[in-house]
Amino acid sequence: MTSLLELQTIQTGGPAWLGQMRREAYGRFAELGFPTTKDEEWKYTNVGPIAKTRFERGPAGAARAGKDLLPDLGCSTRLVFVNGILAPELSTPGTVVRGVAVRSLGEALKADGGAVEAHLGRYARTERQAFTALNTALWEDGAIVEIGRNAVPGQPIHLVFLSAGNGQPWASHPRVLILAERGSQAAVIEHYTGAAGSRYFTNAVTEIVLGEGAILDHYRIQDESEGAYHIATVQGVQGRNSVLRSHNAVLGAALSRNDINSALNGEGAECTLNGLFLVTGERHADIHTLLDHAKPHCGSRELYKGILDGRGVGVFNGKIVVRPDAQKTNAIQSNRNLLLSADAVINTKPQLEIFADDVRCTHGATVGQIDSEALFYMQSRGIPGAEARDILTLAFASEVLDEMGWEPARERLRREAHEILSR
Amino acid sequence: MLKIINLQAKVGEKEILKGIDLEVKAGEVHAIMGPNGSGKSTLAQVLAGREIYEVTGGQVLFEGRDLLEMAPEERAVEGVFLAFQYPVEIPGVSNPYFLRAALNSVRKHRGLPEVDAFDFTELAKQKMKLLEMDEALMKRNVNAGFSGGEKKRNEILQLALLEPKLAVLDETDSGLDIDALKAVSRGVNALRSPERAFLVVTHYQRLLNHIVPDFVHVMANGRIVRSGDKSLALELEQKGYAEMDELAVSELVR
Repeated sequence: MTSLLELQTIQTGGPAWLGQMRREAYGRFAELGFPTTKDEEWKYTNVGPIAKTRFERGPAGAARAGKDLLPDLGCSTRLVFVNGILAPELSTPGTVVRGVAVRSLGEALKADGGAVEAHLGRYARTERQAFTALNTALWEDGAIVEIGRNAVPGQPIHLVFLSAGNGQPWASHPRVLILAERGSQAAVIEHYTGAAGSRYFTNAVTEIVLGEGAILDHYRIQDESEGAYHIATVQGVQGRNSVLRSHNAVLGAALSRNDINSALNGEGAECTLNGLFLVTGERHADIHTLLDHAKPHCGSRELYKGILDGRGVGVFNGKIVVRPDAQKTNAIQSNRNLLLSADAVINTKPQLEIFADDVRCTHGATVGQIDSEALFYMQSRGIPGAEARDILTLAFASEVLDEMGWEPARERLRREAHEILSR
Repeated sequence: MLKIINLQAKVGEKEILKGIDLEVKAGEVHAIMGPNGSGKSTLAQVLAGREIYEVTGGQVLFEGRDLLEMAPEERAVEGVFLAFQYPVEIPGVSNPYFLRAALNSVRKHRGLPEVDAFDFTELAKQKMKLLEMDEALMKRNVNAGFSGGEKKRNEILQLALLEPKLAVLDETDSGLDIDALKAVSRGVNALRSPERAFLVVTHYQRLLNHIVPDFVHVMANGRIVRSGDKSLALELEQKGYAEMDELAVSELVR
């Protein structure tokens, strides 16, 4: 039915349970097809360019070409995937920390596969999510990060997904599984990047399982080529008193969609969604978030900031569900946008579905321009107008960036944002 | 240094400056007094290049050059400084980063090398001591959450760092307690020199006990209605502005 499926056949091999899961997902996708703007969830985002393109498999042997594109965030453990497949020669296992295992899904399935079977595909939903179904059917490789009970790796674990090709558009479907057991504390950075100007499609799915009291900082850095299509889903599942802090930086890609979801399934769980999206030129970025409060005394704090320039289009849809059991929920959501041009567009919508009565939920969305008083103040001190504008724009972003604890990631993003804005 | 000739300006449809004439020479301190709404803050902002005010007539020459033709940042690097009545809060921009960016813009224009973060810290510390400023203010964002007095001290700190030729102080004294007023005045007085001129806009005579002016001008209804020496300020303090308004009216009638 689609060029994607014509060219990329369902993955075979591996254990029987996985084959079964892939076949079901394949069937699901065939039934759903690509979403259209008639679908409420995709109202402002037209994935026609993805549906119409003939994507091939990523070319093999591109590893060497990609070396200079590899981002260094000072993490001793770095797994590099080129076009969705582990490139061992580019990866460094890093210092071994007791209770921590970072492997490719391929390796994990070969070794035992128990953890993979127990968790993969159990959380990210596919009944209406065509791209997640597609990923499940087609993923070739990805990462599994296991943080054992009470384990505390000192540094973030860096997962790099590099797209490197040779002209023809190609697609990859990276899959990530993060399992953080009771009492552990860790950080994982998913980093998506590709050669400047190249045209490819990344369709990523990440599932995160947090045990009781586990703390995880999850970074997503979408630093794709300006010609790329990027669709991603992150699904968190949180146990009692666990803390998930999601940091999401959407900088690159011509067309992107992020679904960042977490289910607060244990009492006292907390989730922070901290995000920045930057769209310039003709780019389009769509962020959907879903916080599902299922148990009492959970908290969520969400701040997404958008910077839109040129003819860029941004979409933010923040949904919070508070289930009948989830008394004493405290949920704060805020989406703030800075429009730098008259032609840029932001569609922002909070969506609250509250079924409990003793809760505190607030939401707010703002759209504004550069503060002319602040601009004049800086100019009156000799700072040229253009530079003052840049400083104020980065200042707007810094509230989100400053929440990111890992300095090399934070400072790299600050630099990149500055570069993109001054183009 | 500064020559204002028949300057007229409006905001929206409202005329605010209705023909200001004023000459300020290097080394002089001029005070501009007047009631609220007389146009004295507008004059200060027009000199700095605030775009919301439209200049409808007249001329301003700064060292012989047309000041009104210059962008705000150009005026600043050429040596015009405005201490704001309401300093602007800039969340997300650290105070030292801002101050150093400003200082380096001015230094660049003067053909001086840029100051690095280390040297800047030393320089700022020195100036802050004079102003009795809390060093903690260097760890915060520009004016964000500063008290009124802290904001005004921060303005004078910028003045001390940028060393302009002409400093315009727009109601720097308003809302200051006596200690802050003394500290701010000390900062200003330390900068007085034969090469530098000051235009001190104020509502109250109190400030002029500490920053003693060479000339005092009274503004009312968009015009300078009287000029004199420092004794004029004392006279005003006793009589109040009401009489000045009458004077302005009688002048108009005449």
